[in-house]
Amino acid sequence: MKLSQLAIGQQGIIKEFTDLEMSVKLMEMGCLPGEAVKVERIAPLGDPIAVTVSGYQLSLRKREASTIELI
Amino acid sequence: MKSTLRVALVGNPNTGKSTIFNALTGLNQKVGNFPGVTVDKKSGLCKLQDGQQVEIIDLPGTYSLYPKSADETIVFEVLSNPDNSSHPDLVVIVADATNLKRNLLLYTQIADLKLPVIIALNMMDQAEKGNIEIDINALASRLNVPVVALAARKSLGLEELKSAISYSTNIPLQHATIDVENIAPELIKAVSERLKIDNPYVALQIVHQHEHLKYIKKEDSLWIEEQEKIHDFHPQKAQAAETIARYNFINDILLDTVVYKSVALEENISNKIDHYLTHKVWGFVIFFLILFAIFQSIFAWSEYPMMLIETVFVWLAELGHTYLPAGVFTDLLIDGVLAGLSGVMVFIPQIALLFAFISVLEDTGYMARVTFMMDKLMRKVGLSGKSVVPLIGGLACAVPSIMSARTIENWKDRIITIMVTPLVSCSARLPIYTLLISLVVPSKLVLGFINLQGLVLMLMYLLSIVMAILVAWVMKIIIKSNLKSYFIMELPVYRMPRWNNVALTMFGSIKTFVTEAGKVIVAVSIVLWVLASYGPGDRIDKINQKYSSSEMTSQYTEEEINILKSSEKLENSYAGIVGKFIEPSIEPLGFDWKIGISLITSFAAREVFVGTMATLYSVDGDDSEMEPVRNKMAQARNAKTGALVFTTATAFSLMIFYAFAMQCMSTMAVVYRETKQWRWPIVQFFYMLVLAYGASFIVFNLLK
Repeated sequence: MKLSQLAIGQQGIIKEFTDLEMSVKLMEMGCLPGEAVKVERIAPLGDPIAVTVSGYQLSLRKREASTIELI
Repeated sequence: MKSTLRVALVGNPNTGKSTIFNALTGLNQKVGNFPGVTVDKKSGLCKLQDGQQVEIIDLPGTYSLYPKSADETIVFEVLSNPDNSSHPDLVVIVADATNLKRNLLLYTQIADLKLPVIIALNMMDQAEKGNIEIDINALASRLNVPVVALAARKSLGLEELKSAISYSTNIPLQHATIDVENIAPELIKAVSERLKIDNPYVALQIVHQHEHLKYIKKEDSLWIEEQEKIHDFHPQKAQAAETIARYNFINDILLDTVVYKSVALEENISNKIDHYLTHKVWGFVIFFLILFAIFQSIFAWSEYPMMLIETVFVWLAELGHTYLPAGVFTDLLIDGVLAGLSGVMVFIPQIALLFAFISVLEDTGYMARVTFMMDKLMRKVGLSGKSVVPLIGGLACAVPSIMSARTIENWKDRIITIMVTPLVSCSARLPIYTLLISLVVPSKLVLGFINLQGLVLMLMYLLSIVMAILVAWVMKIIIKSNLKSYFIMELPVYRMPRWNNVALTMFGSIKTFVTEAGKVIVAVSIVLWVLASYGPGDRIDKINQKYSSSEMTSQYTEEEINILKSSEKLENSYAGIVGKFIEPSIEPLGFDWKIGISLITSFAAREVFVGTMATLYSVDGDDSEMEPVRNKMAQARNAKTGALVFTTATAFSLMIFYAFAMQCMSTMAVVYRETKQWRWPIVQFFYMLVLAYGASFIVFNLLK
């Protein structure tokens, strides 16, 4: 299951990343393996999405969210 | 030698770092540049309780020492190089108490640079509301660093921060965080030896960032490149390992010092607001209503102060003519410098208001939502959601807007944004549009309630935005880049704007605008004045003689002579000769040589157009009176054919030319400053010229 596949309100726990370059940037922003993520909103045109992670809201594109594998 | 303590403020974006900076320094601050780079350096003086004065430097907000945008590179540059003139004696790390985990990542990186640090734990009031309990003393003793609790918006904790600064030592006392050497032991050792660095983390960061650091010599940079290969160093893998190690350290600390009781309340309020502000339909409706309100206010509220500034300049010019001795120097000062300055200074109110509105939108957190909503749309045409901010700003002035494109991390997205922003109709085009529209479009109502002139004006603005998007789309196809574009952005919690921050932003924008743009405008207007006042050989002297002969003085009044003389002088000046010279090339667009001169003088700044027209059509009196210029232009006839100059076709062709041509020296200067390459302003100048020429040609021939 990938983060990009979650619907609004659904939650998951980060397992790993499939893209090294993206993983470095995501981890700096608090997206770490073991951390819970919840999809809060999807932008009016369907992309990007807004998620809650380590206590704050982060927006990222679906393509970026698809590099995050959930448990 | 160095008597004042230098303190750097460092922290993540949206942590209230600038609120703390403003509270510590007040109006006692200045904006300069960091040596060798174009990043704005905000610094100021702060008086501590014991009477000691310290210098505070506000470094750009960043999530990590690994830079993601142009501005962020400066943070490591300043902190790691003791020879940098901004290198601090003490670092205050501003951290958001409601989001301590992510904020402490930057702390652990800076702690490992072994600089003396203090943690300013801001937004403690929000953390309490959100049921987050932080044991300040435990945190301080675990890290062995002074920790000060603040709620800067409520002015709580600032005195404590000041005394913590005055009690600080010059020895870094913090405990080590992670085992840096373990990441790349041999490489770190080699680099430390060659560059004589005694800190392993500084050495490691230099390996990552050596290409962008000003103080690393070219040969050292190439040597590091080789070493990376020899030691099989993979930057991203190393950074990933480091980040995970740092978060492990942080998690350990947080386990003993922080208790989360339940979900933050404010977060829920923000979610409720976002339900409407980023709604499928209402989100866009609200966005356009806000934009509409902003531009209405910019034009309505700036009218009176703009009039006031004009009056002051007219008064100054009169004063100069009365009290200064008549002569070339006085003419240059008043007609050259003062006239040039007044043309620019009248835009201060509009620019200050635009900055104020943009700072309110950013401060409240709304701008981040606009970016979020528009990203997909913008990406289709080669831009990023973050391009929306500069494009909106372009409606007022391209110069600050191009500077605000720095927040776009991806190089290609940023270049395209910079290249198309000047196409958006800025406020300097407004006087030209209104003058030409009033000349050829009748003021009547369409459908009973829409003013036709207003409608045409709105269409000009829409056309400019459509063209910017079209050009962006073309550039997306032409410009090659293998850098990935990404969009990972914090959506900050909604907050009330801080009005003194807004006031300080306005104040700062005026100061920068007056000094930066002022310099260019003064230089250009002196050159223009010389070109318009002197001609080759003795042409000008002959005209002077002709009009002082008794034959002329008996035939005309003194006023009439002055008018005739100045228009004939202009025709024979260098500027006039150039105008005549380019006439054949602009004839296909429906322009005569006088319009040609205006086009040339407008390359300094578009707002010069009305003034040039006023001089060319020999209207005496001040330029602020539009009516006489309009009448003269309406009656103007082509010397060769005898036909009216300003037909509908010519007026529209001219408007289109002004809409698309790059007639702004300040913009070109800022594009060079931001891209650090002359090719971008040059490419921009020519593509816009070709576009303007082509579009004007089509419009003129369709309407002829």
